[in-house]
Amino acid sequence: MLEIAELETRHVGPITVDVAGGECVAVQGPSGAGKSLLFRAIADLDPNTGDVRLNGKSREEMPACDWRRQVSFVPAETGWWADRVGDHFDASGDVEGLLEAVELEDALNWEVSRLSTGERHRLGIVRALQVKPAALLLDEPTASLDARMTDVVEGLIKQQLAAGVCVLIVTHDPEQAGRIADRSVKMIGGRLQSETGAAR
Amino acid sequence: MSAYISLSYLDLAGASVFLILNAVFSYALRLNLERQLLFSSLRMVVQLLMVGLVLKAVFAASSAIVTLLIAVAMIMFAGREVWARQERRLSGIWGYGLGAGSMMFAGTIITVCALVTQIEPEPWWTPQFALPLFGMVLGNTMTGVSLGLDTLHGAVYRERTAIEAQLLLGRTRWEAVLPCVRRSLRSGFTPIINAMAATGVVSLPGMMTGQILSGVDPQEAVKYQILIMFLIGGATGLGVLGAVFASIWRLTDHRHRIRLDRMRASST
Repeated sequence: MLEIAELETRHVGPITVDVAGGECVAVQGPSGAGKSLLFRAIADLDPNTGDVRLNGKSREEMPACDWRRQVSFVPAETGWWADRVGDHFDASGDVEGLLEAVELEDALNWEVSRLSTGERHRLGIVRALQVKPAALLLDEPTASLDARMTDVVEGLIKQQLAAGVCVLIVTHDPEQAGRIADRSVKMIGGRLQSETGAAR
Repeated sequence: MSAYISLSYLDLAGASVFLILNAVFSYALRLNLERQLLFSSLRMVVQLLMVGLVLKAVFAASSAIVTLLIAVAMIMFAGREVWARQERRLSGIWGYGLGAGSMMFAGTIITVCALVTQIEPEPWWTPQFALPLFGMVLGNTMTGVSLGLDTLHGAVYRERTAIEAQLLLGRTRWEAVLPCVRRSLRSGFTPIINAMAATGVVSLPGMMTGQILSGVDPQEAVKYQILIMFLIGGATGLGVLGAVFASIWRLTDHRHRIRLDRMRASST
């Protein structure tokens, strides 16, 4: 279970929300509402205050690097630091199956500069799943994907949910929230405004 | 060896004819460089004449305190130059203090070591030896540190998405910024590596040329030049390493976050 209590940064909060294991919570709201900043704060990428716990263990009790391996954040803009796609993946990790699931099984030898936005997104998700996180924070994971690839990624998210992973997802698509989320929360002006019970 | 030939101010005026000719060309070709050329050459003349007077007085005083004060003033000016040459710099006192501190650390250690163990004047801080040596070491360290920090801050700012992508996979701040650190160290080290490679083949260094023109035996001048190049190389390396790692320490925090809020763009 991912428990977020009174989480606050310079621009968002205080925010309190819990996500149970195997539960998907959709975060919706207008652009600029602070949804991405909330995810950054949960991943501890920006200075913040508040109590964030994973399965009862406080974030402060573990090194930041361990926290980010267990609570994996996939931002809307994926970052790349080497020329070859394969250099961004852990050689010891089980990546083939995940790449096959997003139909990019040959991508490890590709040049990053030749990837499309959609391919970058799919590879970004695979990269985050490779470390087998206990919680996933997905910022508009299907924003640049066509309908078929959206289905593929949603299928991957459902697999994670079935495995007991907590999922928070930012989406502007109410239908997508209805398809994969157990409930939705709305964010306006840096705060959570309301909670709706969108059913999967 | 031939005796030292003293120069008159008329000789200096004669040497400036070709620079003035460049200004005339600039005016005729409407390059708009004539004002800059004349202003910077006038500034150089005034600065050097002033420094000549100051050094004469400092050498005459032969005081450890005065020598120390001059060295501190040199570090402060060099710190200002490093600060001004960065497109993005650390905010607050860090922007100035980090460059000046690393140069002070590297320049002082190297210069004092050379004075105490190699040149060995009596006393070791004799201003005729300490100040010119410190000036040469500091000037070159300043170039390396400003290039290193400018490259580092630009790279961290431009590549923040890639750095954070690595942090999100559980890498440490040091692992995530390593490509930027490598690039900035290379940038800071390049001038001194190039200078060492070209010295004696492409160019004769100013200090050695000055000594030879003053009538010193070329082999003696060469020995001094080698000593100086080693000192400059060592100080530049230490200064750049210190400045780059200290800056990374400041630009990240204990939770392995990139703190771009601690950096700001130069307003100039």
